[in-house]
Amino acid sequence: MSADDPKPRRWAIWLPLAVFATFVVVVIYSLSHPADREVASAMIGKPLPQFDLAPAIPERQGLATSRFSDGKPRLLNIFASWCIPCAVESPQLDQLARKGVEIDGIAIRDRPEDVKAFLARNGNPFARIGKDDVSAVQLAIGSSGVPETFVIDGKGVIRYQHIGEIRPEHVPLILQKLKEAE
Amino acid sequence: MIAEIGLAALWLAAALAGLQLLAGSLGLTARGEGLAGIVRPVAVVQGALCAVAFLSLIVLFCETDLSVKLVAMNSHSAKPFIFKLAGTWGNHEGSMLLWVTVMGLAGGFVALVEKRLPEPTMLATLAGQAFVSLGFYAFLLLSSNPFERMPVVPAEGQGLNPLLQDMGLAFHPPTLYLGYVGLSVAFSFAIGALVTRQVGPAFARAMRPWVLGAWIFLTLGITAGSYWAYYELGWGGWWFWDPVENASLMPWLAATALLHSASVLASRNALRAWTVMLGVVAFSMSMVGTFLVRSGILTSVHAFAVDPERGSFILALLAINIGGALTLFGLRAATVTEGQRFAVVSREGALVFNNVMLSAILGIVLFGTLYPLVAEAMGAKVSVGPPYFNPMSALFLVPMLIVLAIGPLLRWRRDSFARVRPMLIVPALLAAAVAAGVAVWSKAHVLPLLGLMLAAGLGVASLLPLKGRDLRRTPLSTWGMVLAHFGVAVALAGMASESAFSVEKLVAARVGDTTRVGPWEVKLDRIEPVAGPNWTALEARLYASYAGSRQIEARPQARSFWSPPQQTSESALVTRWNGQLYAVLGEEADDGRWQLRLWWKPFVTLIWLGGIMIALGGLLALVGRVASDLKRFVARDRIADRRESQGR
Repeated sequence: MSADDPKPRRWAIWLPLAVFATFVVVVIYSLSHPADREVASAMIGKPLPQFDLAPAIPERQGLATSRFSDGKPRLLNIFASWCIPCAVESPQLDQLARKGVEIDGIAIRDRPEDVKAFLARNGNPFARIGKDDVSAVQLAIGSSGVPETFVIDGKGVIRYQHIGEIRPEHVPLILQKLKEAE
Repeated sequence: MIAEIGLAALWLAAALAGLQLLAGSLGLTARGEGLAGIVRPVAVVQGALCAVAFLSLIVLFCETDLSVKLVAMNSHSAKPFIFKLAGTWGNHEGSMLLWVTVMGLAGGFVALVEKRLPEPTMLATLAGQAFVSLGFYAFLLLSSNPFERMPVVPAEGQGLNPLLQDMGLAFHPPTLYLGYVGLSVAFSFAIGALVTRQVGPAFARAMRPWVLGAWIFLTLGITAGSYWAYYELGWGGWWFWDPVENASLMPWLAATALLHSASVLASRNALRAWTVMLGVVAFSMSMVGTFLVRSGILTSVHAFAVDPERGSFILALLAINIGGALTLFGLRAATVTEGQRFAVVSREGALVFNNVMLSAILGIVLFGTLYPLVAEAMGAKVSVGPPYFNPMSALFLVPMLIVLAIGPLLRWRRDSFARVRPMLIVPALLAAAVAAGVAVWSKAHVLPLLGLMLAAGLGVASLLPLKGRDLRRTPLSTWGMVLAHFGVAVALAGMASESAFSVEKLVAARVGDTTRVGPWEVKLDRIEPVAGPNWTALEARLYASYAGSRQIEARPQARSFWSPPQQTSESALVTRWNGQLYAVLGEEADDGRWQLRLWWKPFVTLIWLGGIMIALGGLLALVGRVASDLKRFVARDRIADRRESQGR
């Protein structure tokens, strides 16, 4: 049996270019359609994972999964005091809190005094804040960055994931998603 | 003043690159032949001017000249000197300047020393190099001028991302860049060979040292990057299949394939079209990788490198360079004449098989990295992780490693399995014994089990090419091959052992508590604040004792940087010959307890030791090849001299 260096087949010669052209098309499409923040994560429609987090501020309450099954839809905001976009979204969270939305938070890789300082600086829209020092709950919940905000319905099921900071124009959307979750 | 010198040098270098492209292209035609003579000197001067520009930027950073915008944005007078220096390339503009500088210097070096190739191929190569450089010059000068001045000089700089204030990372990107740019030389050689239809052993020999050099840097870069992620990110993992990691892995896979097929072409004059294509693909992967990292279209833990607008610019460069090169390949590949034939069972056959496997893994990594983009375009958001990458790459890695064990024992052109079978009995038995031992004594999963087994077999088999040889007369390049292949076995053993035998403990410990993790007893002795030049931290003093032996101190920290404010966790490692203890300090709980995360990772260090061995193997091969090339040159000169004197 003897093999080549055979002459490559016609179509094989153009295969790399075809792959590359596909790549360019996909990338151009992605660049012209910036990440759609309404897109669902794999966790949408699934119940929250089980967790029981210690409080991020010692004298306050921590956060456990059980809290999310009292029939009331809530926002779960993943944030950190060291995260700049989290500070940027705080007016919007305050605005939502003033409208009666209940917001719980999970502070990622944070320290109590830093969280306190962060809330003192930016206002505290949170009912409870749990702390997640190793991003364990964050990852379990399907979040890969800060800030992210989840709409959780009254049965503890994740209904919506907002990736990145909530800008003023996103507030109506969040309110609508909360309404849908009722 | 220094900034202006740098900028002027950069503009001049860009102009010379234009001249190099023009003269190189015209020099190939009958009418422009007179221009051919200036191409080499122009390439050398262009390289020198790049070096001047880059040195100027280094000086600006070392002096913390805050009137320069780039310095003000990325440096700080309180930063330790070494990080001021590293700050030169620890940002977008500086790293791009480093890129063109290395490219310019490499082009100049090629122009100075490369004498083996036919002159037209050389002209086309240098013109190709100039063409690629011009794109990057345009990018630098038009959209990311590193020498831009500030309208108002600020009182203090804005610091550097604290995650980047780390020795490993200070030298990680430049190492990768040297690799990428080395591949750009291979790319230019491939273009030159395609344009002049001179795809043969001379082309492969000219290209090979550059591929080897680039590959050594890429290997080191990936190894260092993996170790950095391991201790700096504090998650205990050493490879995350993160887009940025994949971006550095893909050129490495292509370069590995290219390296081997270039060897076949150089010594056997086979695999012509395949080698040229890999030459184009390897650098293409470098550019695609850089684009993916810089454009931010993929979410990554390395998000500090992101800038979407610049992404579009790199995309345009990419489309022109890669699209152009692949089109040229499509047009010319059919005319690349057939090389030497060989049997399926032969060293060429094994190399072809492994090249195909490497390309398949490259395809899998590329697909997995880009799939989230494709899915997003179709309206679904997914992230692709280890559950896809591990089994899919293993599917091709396993047969590749088996062939890797056998291939170097085969003869060129034609061989039979019957001849090599007796040599393979020992490694095969060892692999089977290891597999049986691990299966009985531990609960390891299939992949780690397979990994340990292959590592044992390959470890022995990789040494067999030395069997029966006079070791003193064995060429350096053979030593290099053996060392690199043995390194693969060592790294594989580390990876498999880490995933099969690691022990993890997450505890809330009081000061004075002792925690057991694997054979270790770790005592939390105290927690105290410490301060560095630009950070403060809480530091745990741990005393770790391995199976009752002497206590070793470990100090994990939770660090706060103040400019810009950011938290990082500094893990502490205790290294023994048989593995590492990995400790991370978490938060203080309200009742005075501290979160401690501890891992015992047996033989994890073999991963990076193997990586270093692979790179060293490459270095031996490079030294061997260059030395024998030099010898040949000297001999040829001597013969020429003798002829000349006889002629007189």
